[in-house]
Amino acid sequence: MLRQLRTGLRSGIVTEPAPRDADVERLGDRLAGQVRRLFGRSLAIRQVDAGSCNACELEIAGLTGPHYDLERFGLRFVASPRHADCLLVTGPVTRNMAEALRRTWEATPDPKIVIAVGDCARDGGIFRGSYAIVGGVGDVVPVDAVIPGCPPAPTAILAGILDVIGRRR
Amino acid sequence: MAMLGFLLAVAAGLAALIVGAAGVLGARWTLAVPWLVPLGGLELSMDPLAGFFLGLVGVGAIPVSVYAIGYTGGERRGVLAYLGFVVSMGVVPLAANLMTFAIAWELMSLASYFLVLHDRGAPESVRAAWVYAVMSHAGLACLLAGMLLLSVWTGSWRFADWAAAAPGLSGAGRDVVFGLLAVGFLGKAGVIPLHVWLPLAHPAAPSHVSALMSGVMIKLGIYGLLRAGFDWLGAGPAWWGVAVLILGTVSSVIGVLYALVDHDLKRLLAFHSIENVGIILIGVGAGMLYHGTGLEALALLGLAAGLYHTLNHAAFKALLFLGAGAVVRATGTRNMEEMGGLIKRMPWTAACFLAGSVAIAALPPFNGFVSEWLTFMALLQTTRLAQPGLNLVFAFGIAGLALTGGLAMACFVKAFGVSFLALPRSEAAARAHEAPRSMRAAMVALALLCLGLGLGPTLMVPVLLGVAAALTGAATPVPIGNALTLSVSGGFASLSTLAIAVALGGGFLLPLVLLRLAGASRRVRGYETWGCGRILQTARMEYTATAFSNPFKRVFDFFYRPVKRLDIEFHPESRLFVQRIEYENPTRSIFDDWLYRPALAVLSGVATRARAIQSGSTNVYLAYILAALLVLLVLA
Amino acid sequence: MIADLVVALAQALVVAAGAPLLVGVLRTLKARLVGRRGPSPWQPYADLRKLLRKEVVVSTTTSWVFRATPYVLVATMLVAAVIVPVVASRTALPFAGIILLMYLFMLGTFFQALAGLDSGSAFGGMGGSRGVAVAALAEPTVILAVFALALRADTTNLGGIVEHLAREPLLAANPGHLLAFAAFFIVMLAETGRLPVDNPATHLELTMIHEAMVLEYSGRYLALVEWAGAMKLFVFLTLLANLFFPWGVTSLVEPVPLLLGFLALAGKLAVLTVALAVLETAVAKLRLFRVPELLAGSFALALLSVTAVFLVP
Repeated sequence: MLRQLRTGLRSGIVTEPAPRDADVERLGDRLAGQVRRLFGRSLAIRQVDAGSCNACELEIAGLTGPHYDLERFGLRFVASPRHADCLLVTGPVTRNMAEALRRTWEATPDPKIVIAVGDCARDGGIFRGSYAIVGGVGDVVPVDAVIPGCPPAPTAILAGILDVIGRRR
Repeated sequence: MAMLGFLLAVAAGLAALIVGAAGVLGARWTLAVPWLVPLGGLELSMDPLAGFFLGLVGVGAIPVSVYAIGYTGGERRGVLAYLGFVVSMGVVPLAANLMTFAIAWELMSLASYFLVLHDRGAPESVRAAWVYAVMSHAGLACLLAGMLLLSVWTGSWRFADWAAAAPGLSGAGRDVVFGLLAVGFLGKAGVIPLHVWLPLAHPAAPSHVSALMSGVMIKLGIYGLLRAGFDWLGAGPAWWGVAVLILGTVSSVIGVLYALVDHDLKRLLAFHSIENVGIILIGVGAGMLYHGTGLEALALLGLAAGLYHTLNHAAFKALLFLGAGAVVRATGTRNMEEMGGLIKRMPWTAACFLAGSVAIAALPPFNGFVSEWLTFMALLQTTRLAQPGLNLVFAFGIAGLALTGGLAMACFVKAFGVSFLALPRSEAAARAHEAPRSMRAAMVALALLCLGLGLGPTLMVPVLLGVAAALTGAATPVPIGNALTLSVSGGFASLSTLAIAVALGGGFLLPLVLLRLAGASRRVRGYETWGCGRILQTARMEYTATAFSNPFKRVFDFFYRPVKRLDIEFHPESRLFVQRIEYENPTRSIFDDWLYRPALAVLSGVATRARAIQSGSTNVYLAYILAALLVLLVLA
Repeated sequence: MIADLVVALAQALVVAAGAPLLVGVLRTLKARLVGRRGPSPWQPYADLRKLLRKEVVVSTTTSWVFRATPYVLVATMLVAAVIVPVVASRTALPFAGIILLMYLFMLGTFFQALAGLDSGSAFGGMGGSRGVAVAALAEPTVILAVFALALRADTTNLGGIVEHLAREPLLAANPGHLLAFAAFFIVMLAETGRLPVDNPATHLELTMIHEAMVLEYSGRYLALVEWAGAMKLFVFLTLLANLFFPWGVTSLVEPVPLLLGFLALAGKLAVLTVALAVLETAVAKLRLFRVPELLAGSFALALLSVTAVFLVP
């Protein structure tokens, strides 16, 4: 217990500087001005795994650690879509998860944004055309932005989210 | 016909309330009809304590009888017993000699016995009525023994003579009489471990009768204890107060612990009666202890707290039983696990039941809070008693009362939440209808009474202090603050529920205004409950009452001693497929296992031995009679 | 009278406005202790502002109890803020003592648990069940700690306790007094849902207590619930600071003492917040069925404190 505290104090802040450039595909400008005004300083994120291989989840989990620390930007993962402003969806949408994803989207209060993370979420990725999937996230719920990669690195995800809410240009 | 009976009961209740209120305010009178009954004749007398309990009968009987008009739906059976029950309860506090008291007390017990037996087709009703009859007659035997001892020692049947002669009796004699009377009266009040009849009889009786039994009848046990402990026997040694205080604490904690794991709505309320009688006794016990040590102002405070809680419990417990009755009538079940969602189908009943729940959970600004607060104030000032042993008894009471408050809050979250909120858990609950108008009117009236008693302690407490002062013989009036604020012992503590209620109202409205000013979004969209995207979100996903009380079952497992029964039936082809699964997690009663069962075993063992002298031959019995006569003649 | 009222409302304003900052500072400190840069201390205000501008999604399963609960929570906390001595010991509602305060918190817990059940989801019911269990088991400790204080101050009125203890500054070093403080501190952890009793940042439904009850709230309702939660933490820390170490709390209604009282409060809250952040970083969450043991421990501390009064007057 004490050793853990000591380590924390001795190593100081290890968070890396904010990522500079983002590689995001924006799809439409449904909420353009509103997003910046509303979510510029506070964004609650609900992560939805719609059938991912969990590689994207691993990278996303890295965001909460000391190195990438997404909380410094006012971003936060929340436990319920009711609390969320943003759905961070990963994976090709499997047939089993399509309805659940749709319900999650319905359960999230407006205004909300949907960010698809990873190549699978964009269009099914290597699973495209498989009988087991419905398609990309965009085939089930309206998507505002896509962060490509297989999987995208934490910096890329962070940069993508910040770009969507207009924090970094 | 039935309607007429209940209207008569309302009239009797009104009369009781008016006469009782006059008595509380100081009207004293005596009524004697010597020729009516043997051994002293009928004699009634009024003093403030009798007035208080007579008024209590009125407070309970008026709304309950109005409710009964709609509840019984014109059924005639039981009306006469009900009327007799109400009248005999009114006579008990007025009785001024042994014979009058015994007749009224026994009539009350018998009338309620018949009412418990209302549903005579159900084996559980018959068993409940049987246990009730046995317990109340065992109690009556103790009472009569104690009272006859007093009569013999004082040479009078009249209570007034007992009070005059009591100081002259020997200490041991007074102790014996107090013990006998306390067992009799506290058995009627349902104190642990004499409570076994209560959780059986209350659910078995029709709900309006349960309301009266729980709200009023068991309080007459408290009346008897006050009468015996202060009036008939005068101030007693410290152990009387200690015993009452400890019994009260134990009853309150154990009563609420049993209630927590019971999912029969009416039985849950019955266990809460045990709890609340315990809280009343904590106040009364503190009063007895302070009275014995000469701290009159604190004695009055403790007694007034007990009396206030007596009145409050009559109001909210009657309300809750009436609400439970409306629910049982609408759903046909007492099992909470088959209710749910009733707030949408029975909005009035639900709102009233919620008011009652808030009151019984002692949450401000309702009435239960005020009397528990007063009880706390009586206990917290124990330092004025410079006896460390007694101080620790008080500390025990304080901790027990606090635990009771917390657990009661938890229990009523369960009772209200599981029965009334979320989705209906059964077909019957989904088809429930709101109660008829007379039932709603009675419940609303009682809910308003609960709120009124919560907001008006500054009016009630001086009156109750007066009743207590008449009982202890204290002359000095105790100042209790002004019209808005209740102040205890000068600056020790003060409370203004009115101000708190206004502040709470303001605090409720302020965010509404603030949100409007801040330009908050006012859009509301209805959607299904978040179930992690699950397709079928049904009532089976709701938390059950059993699950809700599970943390308590685990924490207090040394007390509940739960048994786990898991019965799984697999598919004959493969153990991977379950065909039927049954899970039971019942608790065991330590009182049944360790007290009543051994006692009954001994009793039936003795009875088996005694069978030896029962030959069935008339000659032998004649011989017994002859022998008995001879022995008596020799002894005489 | 008017001045008292103004001071009381100003104190309530300090609680209402300062509570989100307290939570923000706590989060920043906890982030720094594990090597993160962490959110800005002002982050909770941004979160609340955003929530007010979002729509509310209400489950069709719920009733008016669910919709009224956020307002009840805020109301109980605002009343608590008015009767607790924050900066000045004279309060607008001198007719409400510490026992009422504890029952006000219970009123909030009662409605919050009902709202959890009202949603009809297993999570809400689970949170409600655990929430009331913790609150109920903490109650004896609370009242005994209060008893210990009332014994020393000979009053249960909050202002009275503060004034009495302020006259005896050495009491802060009295072991019996410190025992009561320790007991009350543990109760604070349990009542405000902090580690090791409950993890306010958890995403795992099965480990939740407080969070599980508010899973269904959104938009302005969620804002009210979170605000009330922050106020509860603020009020509890203020109670710990002012009841046990009443330095700087003024009994005068004059600008300079009030300002000094405000600074003293800020200092005391800062110390308590750092202590809480260090504690929350250092300990892991207890298993739910180990929590009663912790509460039993705090009960023992409170009982010892009471006995100490009888033994060492």
